[in-house]
Amino acid sequence: MESLFNTVKAVPLNHYIILCSIIFSIGVIGVLIRRNAIIIFMSIELMLNSVNLLLTAFSVYHGDATGQVFVFFIMALAAAEVAVGLAIIVMIYRNTNSIDTNVLSRLKW
Amino acid sequence: MPDYCRHQVFVNINMNTFYFIAFLSIFFSILVITAKNPVHSILYLVLTFFTFTIQYILLNAQFLAVVNFIVYMGAILVLFLYTLMLINLNKDSEPVKSNIVKIAGVLGGGCLLVVLVGCLKQVGVADPVLLKDPNLGLVQNLGKVLFNEFLLPFEISSLLLLSAMVGAVLLATKEPKSV
Repeated sequence: MESLFNTVKAVPLNHYIILCSIIFSIGVIGVLIRRNAIIIFMSIELMLNSVNLLLTAFSVYHGDATGQVFVFFIMALAAAEVAVGLAIIVMIYRNTNSIDTNVLSRLKW
Repeated sequence: MPDYCRHQVFVNINMNTFYFIAFLSIFFSILVITAKNPVHSILYLVLTFFTFTIQYILLNAQFLAVVNFIVYMGAILVLFLYTLMLINLNKDSEPVKSNIVKIAGVLGGGCLLVVLVGCLKQVGVADPVLLKDPNLGLVQNLGKVLFNEFLLPFEISSLLLLSAMVGAVLLATKEPKSV
């Protein structure tokens, strides 16, 4: 039984790293290629989530619960960020009738 | 011994499911940034977060899976949808960026991906992610860590959430500027 346990292969840590890098890069590409402010926000959420998953994977890998507590804090931070950011977007929309980021490049209207 | 057998089954399921779920999350996250309609984009983001929840369950991080399910899929994405409803986007409200900017963005992101993977390959951690302690991600264990070592950051994060709430209310209830 013990030998069977030792031969079982779980997912290598490398594959978690590659998966999270891919999703992080997709988030970066989303920030770069879209002009809709809400979709840019969603890309930022994607990046935060990929980091969360990688932190959890490392936490399990090292058998240390600290990483998962850190993920918890990142989630609280993301909630605060989304609340303030969406309020800002709503206010911008009221002022300019658009959420195109190019309109905002002047910052003064 | 029952615990042990459960762990065995868990590892086997993990091995078979991880790659499928990973493929799904990459697929849906690409759809998030390419969908034309912002509502579809948000719905794809919900699916992406659902695949992340499954990944957390596979890692036996049960507390994080539940929090991810409730906070992200339940609260944050509903907030996105409501904001989109308030904003009332028209079809033509989002001008598309020029193709050159798009290609440059994809190239930049691809370069970032290559650099990240190249750097992390050097770390050379090909060891399997095995759960050594089955109680690691359970609420009991995490609560003990959270309220012993991380008590001060926990309280400060409550302050952060309170100030974010006040800020959001202040920003969103401001009267539209009279032109």
